[in-house]
Amino acid sequence: MNGALAFRRRYGASPLHLLLVLASFALAAYAGVRLLKGDTLGVALWFVGAALLHDLVLLPLYAVTDRAAQYLFRKGAGAGDGSRPTRPSVNYVRVPAFVSALLLLVWWPLILRRVGHYTAATGLPADVFLGHWLLITAALFAASAATLVVRGLHASGPRRRAERRRRREARKAVK
Amino acid sequence: MGVTDGGPDRSRFAAPPGPTRPEFWRSPLRGPWLTAVLGLVLLVGVTLLFVTGLLSYASYNPDLAPVNDQTPDKGWLGFYLFPWPTSPYWLYRVNQGVHVVLGIVLVPVLLAKLWSVIPKLFEWPPVRSVGHGVERLSLLLLVGGAGFEFATGILNVQLHYIFPGSFYVLHFYGAWVFIGAFVVHVASRLPRALRSVRRAGAPPQAGTEEAAGLVSPRPAPPTISRRGALGMVGLGSLALFAVTAGQSAGGWWRRTALLAPHGRDPGPGPHGFQINKTAASVGIRPSDIGPAWRLTVRGPGRQVVLTREELLAMEQHEAALPIACVEGWSTSDQLWSGVRLTDLAALVGRGSDPSRALVESVQRGGPFGSVVLADNQVRDPRSLLAVRVNGAVLSEDHGYPARVIVPGAPGVHNTKWVTRLTFGEPA
Repeated sequence: MNGALAFRRRYGASPLHLLLVLASFALAAYAGVRLLKGDTLGVALWFVGAALLHDLVLLPLYAVTDRAAQYLFRKGAGAGDGSRPTRPSVNYVRVPAFVSALLLLVWWPLILRRVGHYTAATGLPADVFLGHWLLITAALFAASAATLVVRGLHASGPRRRAERRRRREARKAVK
Repeated sequence: MGVTDGGPDRSRFAAPPGPTRPEFWRSPLRGPWLTAVLGLVLLVGVTLLFVTGLLSYASYNPDLAPVNDQTPDKGWLGFYLFPWPTSPYWLYRVNQGVHVVLGIVLVPVLLAKLWSVIPKLFEWPPVRSVGHGVERLSLLLLVGGAGFEFATGILNVQLHYIFPGSFYVLHFYGAWVFIGAFVVHVASRLPRALRSVRRAGAPPQAGTEEAAGLVSPRPAPPTISRRGALGMVGLGSLALFAVTAGQSAGGWWRRTALLAPHGRDPGPGPHGFQINKTAASVGIRPSDIGPAWRLTVRGPGRQVVLTREELLAMEQHEAALPIACVEGWSTSDQLWSGVRLTDLAALVGRGSDPSRALVESVQRGGPFGSVVLADNQVRDPRSLLAVRVNGAVLSEDHGYPARVIVPGAPGVHNTKWVTRLTFGEPA
């Protein structure tokens, strides 16, 4: 066994990996000492919290919400009388809800009016953001509803035309 | 050179029930292709964020004087600093617009990337080898650093200063903590990402080397295609762009920035453009800027005191320049008129070689009440001590009686309510 292979077996990766990681740790320590100089505990909490926020807080929240939405749209839910050939996809709710939640996630301090000095600093009114977000959310769900209706009409078009033809022929037959 | 997955020792450790078991993760979307596409987008985006961030830091000329320097401990991290140019005059405006809009637009890409690799957070055993342990520590710096930079940046542009310290200190040093781990991650994953993107067709079998621990061994029936999921992420980015970018574009587009902090103009008329800090918010009193206001111009061994009328009697020049803020918003070009900084330098005998200038405001508090402008900034004929804008006398919120306007400089270096100019090296 040559040296590089032996190293890989003991370390778990190539020597280049070790060198690069050590260089990055040294740089992180150089900058990290400066980052932690003021409120050490506060910065450390923010840093580790930022690493875990998505994985341990946001992901469980949106995964459970998504499961609940999928349950509503599952086969067998609703009337299920066989007259509807296709069931609407959960994505008609998922996509607008995702975009709306994303806008809130980024702009919540303004939307929820958490910035007390906003107007004093900028000279602009602070009370418009919640309304804007709600109207954007309404527009997103309305657009999704419109897509659902248009696709529904499109998909059922041949069936409805056949139905109309059949009724016409039936009337003719009566005359 | 990445840390290999699997390995002979793996079977010796049985994962406890729950997220540490691969079959706990059921999405049929997860796999090397999706992670690689998101990763490549972030590679380009984050690189651009880092470069524009470094340029933004340089634009403050922090090496010039202590009053310009928010991070006096920077040491070698300022190794690349250079005198910030005044041409093109829109350089800072474009740089900041790209930095902030791109950062916001990348949020859903970053979240999707984290979602796509979630099984790896819980992989069992948590540490397989020294190399694997070291890599996981590096990933803490990578993910923590990314979250820290996005959070501090997004909160700062909304003036929501809840982070534990000065924005400049946190965002600058945080970027350097992050970037080392980013380079390591790119170096160890880029070859595999490129292979995964090129590889068309069905995702690899769960548990194989190629699956990289991402593919579910017990996938649920799909409710959306992989391309559909990517489209949803893209739609999220597009929506964020649509409600944000207008505050950087200005003009008619500003009204489209429905959720951005500077998405409306403060009013019509010559003063109807964006204000960073109003006069009241930085403690300007009527007496500070009333008839008793004087402008003191100092040079080596000389001093001249001017009233507002004397300033107006000097030769007036015009310059069409924007105000561009570190927070990413900016105004379109405004027509300023006032006295050239070189003419004011000439009053105190620095006409032949105007040099750096210390500019001091009457404002109380705030870190940018004074600034040192570099030689090239003072010498530019478009650099003015402005007294009028768009044909009208400056309003109080725009710096009456006099403010500095310098092409290409960050907004806070265009000091308002100026009361003293000192040319040359500090005595």
